Amino acid sequence: MNSFKGFVIKELYHIFRDRRTMLILFGMPVVQLILFGFAIRNEVNNAYIAVLDLSKDDVSEAIVNKLLSSGYFRLAEYIESEERIEAVFRRGKVKEVIIFEPQFAQRLRSEGTAHLRIVADAADPNMAKLLVSYTTAITNGYAQELGQRASIVVVPEVKLLYNPELKSVYMFVPGLVALILMLVSALMTSITITREKELGTMEILLVSPLRPFQIIAGKVLPYLLLSLINVLSVLALARFLFGVPFRGSFLLFMVESLLFILTALSLGIMISTVSKTQQAAMMISLGGLMLPTILLSGFVFPVENMPVPLQVISHIIPARWFVVIARGIMLKGTGLDYLWKETLVLAGMATLLLSISVRKFNERLQ
Amino acid sequence: MASEPVIVARNLTKRFGAFTAVDNISFEVMPGEIFGFLGANGAGKTTAMKMLSGLLSPTTGEARVAGYDVFTQAESIKSRIGYMSQRFSLYEDMTAWENIRFYGGIYGLRMDAIRDKAAQLLGRLGMEHVRDSRIGALPLGWKQKLAFSVALLHNPAIVFLDEPTGGVDPLTRRQFWELIYEAAASGVTIFITTHYMDEAEYCGRVSIMVDGRIEALDTPGGLKQAFDAQSMDEVFVRLARGAQYAE
Amino acid sequence: MSAVQAEALRKTFGNVTAVEDLSFAIEHGELFGCIGPDGAGKTTLFRMLTSLLVPDAGSATVMGCDTVRDYKQLRRRIGYMPGRFSLYQDLTIEENLAFFASIFGTTVEKNYEMIADIYRQIEPFKKRRAGQLSGGMKQKLALSCALIHKPDILFLDEPTTGVDAVSRREFWEMLRRLKEGGMTIVVSTPYMDEAGKCDRIALMQKGHILGIDTPDNITGSYARPLLDMRGADVYRLILALREFPHTHSVFAFGESVHYTDSRSSADPEALAVFLRSRGFANITIEPIRASVEDSFMELLEQHDG
Repeated sequence: MNSFKGFVIKELYHIFRDRRTMLILFGMPVVQLILFGFAIRNEVNNAYIAVLDLSKDDVSEAIVNKLLSSGYFRLAEYIESEERIEAVFRRGKVKEVIIFEPQFAQRLRSEGTAHLRIVADAADPNMAKLLVSYTTAITNGYAQELGQRASIVVVPEVKLLYNPELKSVYMFVPGLVALILMLVSALMTSITITREKELGTMEILLVSPLRPFQIIAGKVLPYLLLSLINVLSVLALARFLFGVPFRGSFLLFMVESLLFILTALSLGIMISTVSKTQQAAMMISLGGLMLPTILLSGFVFPVENMPVPLQVISHIIPARWFVVIARGIMLKGTGLDYLWKETLVLAGMATLLLSISVRKFNERLQ
Repeated sequence: MASEPVIVARNLTKRFGAFTAVDNISFEVMPGEIFGFLGANGAGKTTAMKMLSGLLSPTTGEARVAGYDVFTQAESIKSRIGYMSQRFSLYEDMTAWENIRFYGGIYGLRMDAIRDKAAQLLGRLGMEHVRDSRIGALPLGWKQKLAFSVALLHNPAIVFLDEPTGGVDPLTRRQFWELIYEAAASGVTIFITTHYMDEAEYCGRVSIMVDGRIEALDTPGGLKQAFDAQSMDEVFVRLARGAQYAE
Repeated sequence: MSAVQAEALRKTFGNVTAVEDLSFAIEHGELFGCIGPDGAGKTTLFRMLTSLLVPDAGSATVMGCDTVRDYKQLRRRIGYMPGRFSLYQDLTIEENLAFFASIFGTTVEKNYEMIADIYRQIEPFKKRRAGQLSGGMKQKLALSCALIHKPDILFLDEPTTGVDAVSRREFWEMLRRLKEGGMTIVVSTPYMDEAGKCDRIALMQKGHILGIDTPDNITGSYARPLLDMRGADVYRLILALREFPHTHSVFAFGESVHYTDSRSSADPEALAVFLRSRGFANITIEPIRASVEDSFMELLEQHDG
């Protein structure tokens, strides 16, 4: 145990004494969060909506007011019939039409549910999704004000409505967590191991009585801890800077993060076993892990939008599964009962990769 | 050869922050001399070499190399000097001919001139048969001899050799020195660093740097006499021992 | 049983044979030198003996442990210093030492007397990072790190390469003291002049051992008559001697030239006459005993020829 402690301490020295490592570890998550945050936030602003109010009661009026006062929407016009919807969209100014069903307030009070349809302009699917999610969030917020039993069922209608789950501007946070964990865990691990090879210190470690798993554990544990700290700091920043909600179980989220981190660390170790120099390790990490994580995980481009071959490939991207899990827990508050499949896949990947990497990590030079 | 010195350094100093790497060194080197530039690790040899080859500006002092000022005419200096070190010599993934063509091109030699020189050079080294072999596949000794010849390709006035014989077997080392002698006899000035003290004896004159200063400069015979030593090794040890832990 | 026993060790990398059928033994308490230029196979040999590489053929035992089968046991008993002083540049002297002690499950305090002699010389700078040390200090630190777990045998791969003459000398003094304390030391070096510091040496070239014996026996078995010549212009002297009909070899050696004759005995008088005819006055000619370097070159020529 003593030798293990010494190993971890030494690894922490490396981390805290290298300004570049510190910057990647702690500066980059903040910068990325802010960049992504503002880039995406600035998209929704003063979007024009049209309202078809078949109820014309106090509740529908209140919801429209709520929407308009949110700052995201501006009223283009009230329309009188469904036939007008297409015409409104064709003019291009209006991005979204909101339709209240007849007797909206009455149904809400007597039956506890009322239906609200949202038709969004399918020309810009990302924007459409954002608008629908904003409207939904604001409407739900209003329903909660009314009382526990009142629920407004929002029926979104976007022609490209491939994904009827809640889509919001907050979508990027789970993806970002995945990206940062991949970067810190895989990239930094592969670099720190190959650095020892370059230095020649790996030879001394190998001829010492340390077992390969001890070397791996000693190298990896500090990065695991730092990764967890990174998860916390990204969540905190997202919450306080952008008001991103966290609806599900925090504990579950951390456990899932741990699984994902283990997967990423194993990938980092595997990369280090095939690269001789830090440069090579960095190139493989960036090209082989970072790009797929950004492009194929559904973080930036929805998986459902991809051509089928890419969708198939996306299954082997660990981040793809983690992004689904993280979005579920954070934004929808879902638990293990819904996410068990993804969790199982991730756990399987972690176990498989970890055992491969420990085995591949040779106790000799060749 | 009654001529001007090819290297003149006067009170040359280089500081990095508070650290003085080269401290007020002065010396002259004549054309065709083999000048040994010795010193312990960290004594400032590399920094001094960089200043003389126009890669680094001195903090104070002056120096002229091949007639050019190191402050204002660094580019002209570079065209008149050759350089070879143990670490960087030739591109391993290129053939002997490709390396020669590349270096010839860098120094603005015409293609037919490069071709002539390559044939001449490979012939003299007895390496015609490896003209189209990759450098990486050649024995270390061959690489070094070839690298030295390539450094002479553009007829430089001075060649800087930074530990050129490190790790080479004693036979190849001597063959290498014969190339050096041959070049010097043809008028090229050789400026060489080495850790082999017996090689210091092969030099016309030797300077020994300690902590950034030149503590001794004379012929090997003169130095041995002055320090009452049997070998250059002893001279070196006596001079450097005092400085060991002062760093 | 010998401290190291190698039987027909062989290792190839691709189509390069780094070490070819090496067999030798190193006794307990011996200071054994592997001497040869780059590419002689010294590092590959060391890596096989320290269990870092598995030989393609042959076998070796170190301190009674088979280097392949008993490698776990072996690794507790050896101290290994790879080339290039493998230290953590961003850790201080004391942090490096404490780390290497910890991976062997020990502490600096517990084994201090093992390294005291060497470590005391760098202890005043213990808060300094390894990256800022001079070559000589790095070398001392690396040796301390290799000794901190009280190994039974030390493998030092080119510990003096790239280090100045003063540090090299001091380093050999340290090794001598360790040997007096009973340590078995296997060291490699490209410097022929360090051969004399070893009890026995193996002269290596291109994966082969050209000769293995005490330095005295190696130089003593030098067969050719050897003459040391001193004169003003060494280069011209060499060129002139090459034209002498009975010359076997002529090499510069420090300030003098070593000449060997192709006959069983040399004739200094005839040489002097020959040189005078070529315009060399005041050449001293003296028969001398061969050095390790002379022997090495002779063995090289025999081997290649």
